[in-house]
Amino acid sequence: METETKNMMIVGVGGQGTLLASKLLGRLLLGRGYDVKVSEVHGMSQRGGSVVTYVRWGGKVFSPIIDKGQADCILSFELLEAARYTEYLKPGGRIIVNSQQINPMPVIAGTASYPESLAEKLEALGIDVDALDALSLAEEAGNSKAVNLVLMGRLSRHFDFTEDEWMAAIEHSVPPKFLELNKKAFALGRQ
Amino acid sequence: MKTLILGNEAVARGLYEAGCSFVSSYPGTPSTEITECAAKYDELYAEWAPNEKVAMEAAFGACLSGKRSFCAMKHVGLNVAADPLFTISYTGVNAGLIIGVADDAGMHSSQNEQDSRHYARAAKLPMLEPSDSAEALAFARLAYELSEEYDTAVLLKMCTRVSHSQSVVETGERVLPAQKKYEKNPGKFIMMPANAKKRHPQVEARTRALTAWAETAEINRIEDGGDRSCGIITSSTCYQYVKEALGDTYPVLKLGMIWPMPEQKIRSFAASVDRLVVVEELDGFIEDHCRGLGLEVSGKELFSDIGELSQNLVKERLGGGVQAGASLDEEIPARPPVMCAGCPHRSIFYVLKKMRLTVLGDIGCYTLGAVPPLGAIDTTVCMGASVSGLHGFVKAGDRENAGRTVAVIGDSTFIHSGVTGLINIAYNESNATVIILDNSITGMTGHQQNPTTGYNLKGDPCTKIDLESLCHAVGIKRVRVVDPYDMEACQSVIKEELAADEPSVIISRRPCALLKYVKHPGPICSDTEKCKGCKACMSIGCPAISMVDGKAKIDATLCVGCGVCEQLCKFDALVKNPSAG
Repeated sequence: METETKNMMIVGVGGQGTLLASKLLGRLLLGRGYDVKVSEVHGMSQRGGSVVTYVRWGGKVFSPIIDKGQADCILSFELLEAARYTEYLKPGGRIIVNSQQINPMPVIAGTASYPESLAEKLEALGIDVDALDALSLAEEAGNSKAVNLVLMGRLSRHFDFTEDEWMAAIEHSVPPKFLELNKKAFALGRQ
Repeated sequence: MKTLILGNEAVARGLYEAGCSFVSSYPGTPSTEITECAAKYDELYAEWAPNEKVAMEAAFGACLSGKRSFCAMKHVGLNVAADPLFTISYTGVNAGLIIGVADDAGMHSSQNEQDSRHYARAAKLPMLEPSDSAEALAFARLAYELSEEYDTAVLLKMCTRVSHSQSVVETGERVLPAQKKYEKNPGKFIMMPANAKKRHPQVEARTRALTAWAETAEINRIEDGGDRSCGIITSSTCYQYVKEALGDTYPVLKLGMIWPMPEQKIRSFAASVDRLVVVEELDGFIEDHCRGLGLEVSGKELFSDIGELSQNLVKERLGGGVQAGASLDEEIPARPPVMCAGCPHRSIFYVLKKMRLTVLGDIGCYTLGAVPPLGAIDTTVCMGASVSGLHGFVKAGDRENAGRTVAVIGDSTFIHSGVTGLINIAYNESNATVIILDNSITGMTGHQQNPTTGYNLKGDPCTKIDLESLCHAVGIKRVRVVDPYDMEACQSVIKEELAADEPSVIISRRPCALLKYVKHPGPICSDTEKCKGCKACMSIGCPAISMVDGKAKIDATLCVGCGVCEQLCKFDALVKNPSAG
């Protein structure tokens, strides 16, 4: 087993379901016998604000948070949020990003503008960017709220966990009522 | 069994395993989930109290009856409960009593950044400070042992990073402690001067006994490091940052009990290293104590007393540089929290702003009414301060103040400590107008029930406090109820009540748009033909509306169809979904 601590940030907009993603991932990593820490955001910033969850695993994990220059991977539920946290990436780090754009209030109010061509600009920084339209895939799966499972599916390409391990973690983390929908969303993200 | 759980859930597990039978709390980020998780155990009684003072006194009563008990609150909640805290220190306990308090360094969801460790010293109570979920569980169990052995309430101090991070714990079984009975003991439990004078020396003796315990306690441990040029004293989440940044480079004294501190252990640790450094968040609490022992120490000259620390900060100050990743050479617009689409508070703030009123605000989701484009709030201080502050503002200020000033306060906050301010308004007869934003839930902390909702913490139906009757009962004759979605009606009612020559309460009533039982009509339809791009709809700061190519566009995934924007559009470009009921 790898003993070096691995770091993943899950970022997005409050209400997008980032907590379910970290819950699922935590479950999966614990199942592999890693020491795991997951740091979440609750309270005021959840209300449509920028949210960030830290997921860390390895032989022994100390800090619950990820600091600048530490993240191996950023999983971003929204394009602007991916751009916000690039300083947290290690050299050679990867960003998996939902290309969906959600305007923050300063953009809605017209006091700021949403930057153009962000995915390309991130690539120009030398970052390995894997962008996908997770919202469309979630809608294809049957519900726009399944963006989180689509992204988990895409993330699964970069992990050496088996499909069975992922399915077990999904079954543990989502209500039975939504299981089929979520499995479908996962499969669409993974393919 | 090994599981991955939140620090708060681990505290609840520790309470369960230690045989705790009674939990009473008031919700407050980052402490809320302790009580929510405790409520999931059927063996344990758990409740939401109206405020932290009531919660602490209820937990004290339960411990008096012979049951291990607990109360939880956020740092500012401990201020509310400080009155019982300081005297419970004198009485001591019958069965064990733990007081959980969660600080919020960095102010993720708080109005100040106070360091609750000072309370332990001021009230002369022991305080344990876990650094992860496993310790949160273990320390909760240990706290009951200490509580009963030393006849004292024990403070269990959490912080955002310990409360809201999940780490691995090994759970155990619930073990019920030996049964205790209540026995009358006036000298111990009636704190009138003659008795309290006899108790005070016992409190001081208890602190000395606990100091002696701290010297050999396993939770105050020294971890060896090869390089003795520096030795670090730390605790809580800062311990994790130190280990992450520096590994086993320097010796570390990790304090699991932050008060009282082990004097000899600190002295001998200091003597074993060339330079003593304290790594702690917020105030220099440990540092000042070391200085009081006559030791030479560095702390706040290296680490700020503002905000959170991190592994990079520790590394920069004690172990060399860190390399941040590349960033875009571009302005990334901020994404501040906003009121949700369909939030019943939004329209009331729009009306208040339109009427150009001075608005004394309070603590809750509705504090977001202060943010542009609404910008409708003038003050936010603490729970209940809107109502009591309004009384003073109206009574002492210009005569016209009464006609142009209101207080806004949520249903839960009103019960917490707004009602006492209202009693003052009635009793001392100020011509104040109070608006209760009744969204039928405690919203900000994540939907907790409260005395006005008709449900208890376990979700069972219970006595529901009727706000109208309550306001009438304290002496307010003018009590009006409005639907915040109807802005015209809101404006005329507010106007009437401001003009009235006596105090009034306006209850703006509509449940939080995120509550599962709330049925929404479905998204508003925007008609780009009819839209003139006047941006009137943009003035309410709804995240579901944006301007695309000069025309208003509704985000159908966010919009719930509250119809507030429809009322603002003079061109019928925004209309309710015709197929909706």
